[in-house]
Amino acid sequence: MFSQLRPAIILTLALTLITGLIYPLAITGIAQLLFPGRANGSLIVRNSKVVGSELIGQNFTRPGYFRPRPSAAGAGYDAAASGGSNLGPTSRVLIARIDSLTRAYRAENPGRPVPIDMVTTSASGLDPDITPANAEFQTSRVARERGVPEDAVRSLVRECTDGRQFHVLGEPRVNVLRLNMMLDDRYARH
Amino acid sequence: MTFNGILQILLFFGLVLLLVKPLGAFMARVFNGERTFLHPVLGPVERFIYRVGGVDPNQEQHWTTYTIGMLLFSVVGLLLLYGLQRLQGVLPLNPQGLGAVAPDLAFNTAVSFTTNTNWQAYGGESTMSYLVQMMGLAFHNFVSAATGIVLAIALIRGFARHSMQTIGNFWADLVRCTLYVLLPLCVLGALVLVWQGVPQNFSSYTNVTTIEGAKQTIAQGPVASQEIIKQLGTNGGGFFNANSSHPYENPTPLSNLIAMVAIFALGGGLTYTMGRMVGNQRQGWAIFGAMSVLFFMGIALAYPSETHVHPAIEKSGVNIAAVADPGSEQAGGNMEGKEVRFGIANSALFATATTDASCGAVNSMHDSFTPLGGMVPLLNIELGEVIFGGVGSGMYGFLLFAILGVFIAGLMVGRTPEYLGKKIESREMKMTVLALVLILPLSILGFTALASVHPDGLKGPLNAGPHGFSEILYAFVSGTGNNGSAFAGLSANSMFYNITIALAMLFGRFLFIVPAMAVAGSLAQKKIHPPSSGTFPTTGWLWVGLLVAVVLIVGGLTFFPALALGPIVEHLQMLAGKVF
Repeated sequence: MFSQLRPAIILTLALTLITGLIYPLAITGIAQLLFPGRANGSLIVRNSKVVGSELIGQNFTRPGYFRPRPSAAGAGYDAAASGGSNLGPTSRVLIARIDSLTRAYRAENPGRPVPIDMVTTSASGLDPDITPANAEFQTSRVARERGVPEDAVRSLVRECTDGRQFHVLGEPRVNVLRLNMMLDDRYARH
Repeated sequence: MTFNGILQILLFFGLVLLLVKPLGAFMARVFNGERTFLHPVLGPVERFIYRVGGVDPNQEQHWTTYTIGMLLFSVVGLLLLYGLQRLQGVLPLNPQGLGAVAPDLAFNTAVSFTTNTNWQAYGGESTMSYLVQMMGLAFHNFVSAATGIVLAIALIRGFARHSMQTIGNFWADLVRCTLYVLLPLCVLGALVLVWQGVPQNFSSYTNVTTIEGAKQTIAQGPVASQEIIKQLGTNGGGFFNANSSHPYENPTPLSNLIAMVAIFALGGGLTYTMGRMVGNQRQGWAIFGAMSVLFFMGIALAYPSETHVHPAIEKSGVNIAAVADPGSEQAGGNMEGKEVRFGIANSALFATATTDASCGAVNSMHDSFTPLGGMVPLLNIELGEVIFGGVGSGMYGFLLFAILGVFIAGLMVGRTPEYLGKKIESREMKMTVLALVLILPLSILGFTALASVHPDGLKGPLNAGPHGFSEILYAFVSGTGNNGSAFAGLSANSMFYNITIALAMLFGRFLFIVPAMAVAGSLAQKKIHPPSSGTFPTTGWLWVGLLVAVVLIVGGLTFFPALALGPIVEHLQMLAGKVF
């Protein structure tokens, strides 16, 4: 048994060195060389200030902006405390939240059913996307608040819509941060 | 369900199928000690490790020596990880200045990563420094996966060899698996993930002023290098709290597909390795076939279940239908705890795959699944995670089921059961039943029962009603099964859960391995009998059907009462419109 203690200790140290240090350092080196933007978190810089990451959702509450999904990460879109609500399918709290949000959205856009992703929190709490159905639902409100024609806003949404990857993978989606930044660029808020 | 959803599921399975032969044949070469195209580069590294470690790779070991080596290696690694967490505050690569991890949490986490479970009672970005993530957690992601694989190889050698006392050399198998199998695939995979947007840096967390002027702190780190081994080694421990649903861990549908394929790749490949090593590929494909049938049964329940929601939600004026009209597309269904880019199909598929295997990474929150959708992960783990399974552990688990299968077939026809030419006798049966029918259920049901009545246990669940019970059950199913996923509403970072779940993880890993290795040692000594007209053939569809039935009946009978108290009763209550 003691004859096995030496390889147990030495191999632990050797493999820690290889898989725990050399491997991640090498990957970091290559990644920083080949894909510096992505390796550093796909950050978006405006006027030499970091305003967010293309991949990480952020909250929008003011008029004239598309709203992201509700978030359970920290106090909402806390990118240092990711997570979901973990409310179960028969949870009274969940159903009450969905009900009150649905009511509020229906008041904004009467007569239309509310897309489910508008009233449910994502798994990460940092979902950068909304569904095209969700964007379409919000289009008339944003157009009204910005004082621009609905079709102009709708065409911006189209520009910010990513289809399925390679036409097959995943689901169509609209990046909220990209869309709102583009809105600000084209049409100043009133 | 949509046509595209089904197409994505078939595409995923097709890719796994394509990888079976190349990966399986490569692993057979590596574990037979043959030269591969990687030897010119990695051969010197391998020999250097043997020299400093005092290992003679050609010295064969008895099953007891092999197992003791594995246990000692696990203990050393466990202590190292515990120490790293406790000393984190004074070690480098800690830009956020995170302090020492609390003793009970550090113990739980050390056990969790040593046993290939990766149960996480903590949030990664708020608890672990970059150094601990890399040298502590990612190291275990490699070696606990390698340990699982080499144990499966040892059991396969038990079948392949005859009249021998030894089953290989643990140290040589471990080093070869890490260097030639895991490391090269990870280098490749990690870079593809960075290309898709997974960060790989050592920066401190980014402070952002958002468009609306709010402050946002974005956690960073060497994520990609850890992400790929997390999937490939069926570990599942997320760099961030939200695991593979976090856009930094899993930014695109392609990164998601890579993750899912990586979860099944080596487990699937091992069926081919097994066929190659016992000299009959059809034996390996039969096991692959049975695993595939069980996989499709799981997704066939999970996917349609997730297109539904509670009737009260449907009545509130929400649209849950899948819409394909351009400009207003949506996946619909139960989107609570799911990401828009993955929708329903990829969330249900990921949940099925991650629990078929003992991975435990999640790209959606299982706690918020519908009752039946969430029952699929629970049931998958309860069946022993033998559907492709944890790398290696799925294979040795499934081989024990195969032994049980030939035993039952033998009872029907009144002959001594044989598998792969080996007579299955009293000793093998005792060990098999000990592992499959006694230890796993005792740990799962015993701890769940304890937590369901103990005041500290009852403080855990977030949700009320039957779902709260499901949260407790899932924790011990996941711990014992070394899965690591959770119904994450459970507040598991308490003294009670940290200790009980750590024990469940230790029982599920090591009390399972020792009987499995005893079977390996005992089989290796036996002669191989050539098949006769009376031998039950273990290659055709009849055998596949029998295997599927044995897995379902053993798992089903043992755990049905517990499932009836959790997801099944919740499903019926939901249909009746009840809330808790």
